[in-house]
Amino acid sequence: MNETQKTTAAFGVIALLLLIIGFAQSWNVALGILNLCLISAVMALGVNMQWGYAGLLNVGVMGFAALGGLAAVLVSQAPVAEAWRGNAGGLLLAAMCFAATVFAGIFTYRRVPVGRTRTLALAAVIIAGLFVTRFFLDPTIASIESVNPAKTGFLGGMGLPIIFSWLIGGFVAAGIAWCIGKVALGLRADYLAIATLGISEIIIAVLKNEDWLSRGVKNVTGLSRPVPYELDLQSSAWFVDLMRWWHADALAALADGARSEALKQFAIDGSSIFVKLCYTGLFASVLAIILWLSVRALNSPWGRMMRAIRDNEIAAGAMGKNVTRRHLEIFVLGSAVIGVAGAMLTTLDGQFTPTSYQPLRFTFLIWVMVIVGGSGNNAGSVLGGFLIWLVWIQAEPVGVWLMEFSTGWLAEDNALRLHLIDNAQHMRLLFMGLVLLLVLRFSPGGILPEVVRKRS
Amino acid sequence: MEVLGDITSAVVLLLNFIVVPGLSYGSQLALGALGITLVFGILRFANFAHGDTMAFGTMIVILVTWWLQAQGINLGPLPTALLALPAGILLTVVLLVVTDRLVYRHYRRQKSAPVTFMIASIGVMFVTNGVVRFVIGPNDQRFLDGERFILRARDFKASTGLAEGLSIKVSQGLTIVIAVLLVAALFWFLQKTRTGKAMRAYSDNEDLALLSGVDPDRVVLVTWTIAAILATIAGTLYGLDKSFKPFTYLQLLLPMFAAAIVGGIGNPIGAILGGYVIAFSEVMVTYAYKKVFIYLLPQGLEPEGLVQLLSTDYKFAVSFVILVLVLLVRPTGLLRGKVL
Repeated sequence: MNETQKTTAAFGVIALLLLIIGFAQSWNVALGILNLCLISAVMALGVNMQWGYAGLLNVGVMGFAALGGLAAVLVSQAPVAEAWRGNAGGLLLAAMCFAATVFAGIFTYRRVPVGRTRTLALAAVIIAGLFVTRFFLDPTIASIESVNPAKTGFLGGMGLPIIFSWLIGGFVAAGIAWCIGKVALGLRADYLAIATLGISEIIIAVLKNEDWLSRGVKNVTGLSRPVPYELDLQSSAWFVDLMRWWHADALAALADGARSEALKQFAIDGSSIFVKLCYTGLFASVLAIILWLSVRALNSPWGRMMRAIRDNEIAAGAMGKNVTRRHLEIFVLGSAVIGVAGAMLTTLDGQFTPTSYQPLRFTFLIWVMVIVGGSGNNAGSVLGGFLIWLVWIQAEPVGVWLMEFSTGWLAEDNALRLHLIDNAQHMRLLFMGLVLLLVLRFSPGGILPEVVRKRS
Repeated sequence: MEVLGDITSAVVLLLNFIVVPGLSYGSQLALGALGITLVFGILRFANFAHGDTMAFGTMIVILVTWWLQAQGINLGPLPTALLALPAGILLTVVLLVVTDRLVYRHYRRQKSAPVTFMIASIGVMFVTNGVVRFVIGPNDQRFLDGERFILRARDFKASTGLAEGLSIKVSQGLTIVIAVLLVAALFWFLQKTRTGKAMRAYSDNEDLALLSGVDPDRVVLVTWTIAAILATIAGTLYGLDKSFKPFTYLQLLLPMFAAAIVGGIGNPIGAILGGYVIAFSEVMVTYAYKKVFIYLLPQGLEPEGLVQLLSTDYKFAVSFVILVLVLLVRPTGLLRGKVL
């Protein structure tokens, strides 16, 4: 099989699986899974840029996804005027103090000769800056958080349509990634991994605790939507007409009295599917754009340069490639893509819950997608995103079914049987680990390995 | 006289809320970090599965403890879990050795890059985590029994007549004692025995060690065994002190990495030092010093706020900040570990 056939076959299998879920469980479930598959694929593309193109080990995926989610809140929520009133000055002062601290710090670092004096001066600048900033920030924060804490207690956002947050989420993630990359990219692979893991935890800790910014653990719920609401659809004439046309056969078979009742039910079911389809359309377009750009980038001279750097940093450096700059570039780009996916995810959820960000789900699972799908191959990462998300979701019902089946010989209320069925959902972690280990061992390039084109 | 009393009270306050918790948490971290540092020094990769190895060992200990309790066996004032430790260690050794055979040995023979090992260890992390959650569930488990306190705050107050009490939990005392004994044994082993010397030689220069007839398989086996012992004991002590929850153990991975790197990865003394540095900074940065100042400062000068540098929620973040700082300023760690 050549590459194209293999890719087509692999995606055919995914489509088939989704169809089976659609027929066997419900179309609602299948579309729900598909939407998350699309988001996962975008995230996997971001990680693939960093790891697959450039060999950068970013284990801080969770942090960038959360930043995207924060962007969704900051873009779409209505501004809380009361919180801004009287506090804007304090915020501005605090921001200026912070900026001054950073500049003073950089100045000290650059101008004072290396030695104990520099270390002490730097420490003094940072500590003094911290105190001054907090002097202005603390009362402001207290005042913001005291504004109707049950409902708002934060600054709110810009009140724009949430779809803009996808772009802005990318920019926010890119900005933070630039700062992180500036400091951390000099580290060797293992250290970079541990450092990014730590930084992502810091980002989550900040989001959990800075209530004035993100409402913290009080969560932001009821985010606006880029697609219509189910209830509006059910009461709009064109949608009911659409349902009447779609289900014409089924309706015709019914008695006259039951028809309007059935139509109502069709509209309820249909509206939910329609909303999901709208999301699918949006997510698929984003994925298509990013995928197209990624493929173009990977096949361009820039992409070849990246792979050259990945394969041999020293040789690439000797050829005059600026390794540090390129690393920073790809780190920022990949993180931006993850940020976009994070914003999409929060949009789909309709709420921002900092506590839901856990490294197993948001960092390591994405890594499994990239490794299993095929690192260095864009189609492979997308495939990994689809496949692993499908398995992750379906492992639960399959695990429960498997346990029920294999413990069928035990009594209904047998303690062991109940325990096994109860905990079957945790099988998916085990299963995920096994998949990763098996692929890594027997097919290290993943399902769709990187394609190395020879110059003819 | 009153001034002296105030100063003593302030000291007792700091002992109670900073020194004792810092020492016990630091010992738990140090034992965990020792395991990470040994695996790093000898197998040369950052083992992401170490936190879950700890959870696995602790889980076995808990299960055996429950069984012992059901049999009516206990240790009197000491927690029954101590009796269950050997079983937990044994099964954890089996787990690690089997994992090594099935997973890591292949990559060792292929001479794969450390990154490949690391990704494989993420796979192992998933599997172990899944097993633990599958067997014992994701919830909190408490398995502490026997006496709860060595020294109760109330008794301390009554016997010294001070306003502040000092309490030491059995789990805290046990942690410190066991950590000291274990570390002493480990250093004796590494410095004095033939196998220990072989391990240090292998860690220092693999080729030269092989040339001198060091058996690499044996070194690897012993390393995993020691890692299992340390992980199980550290996990059990942490579980006795706080409580057991699989997710918490995954989270412990980061402070342990931080401890190992801050001290200088690959360097056992560094791991211990790092453990205490991380633990004390976490406790000290998030403690509210208000009461201490009330005792120390003259009346009328008491601070208004809590005098807390960072809120308690940032406890974990503190260790990462230190980690990142050390990585940037002095990547070899405080005690010059292996240069990566």
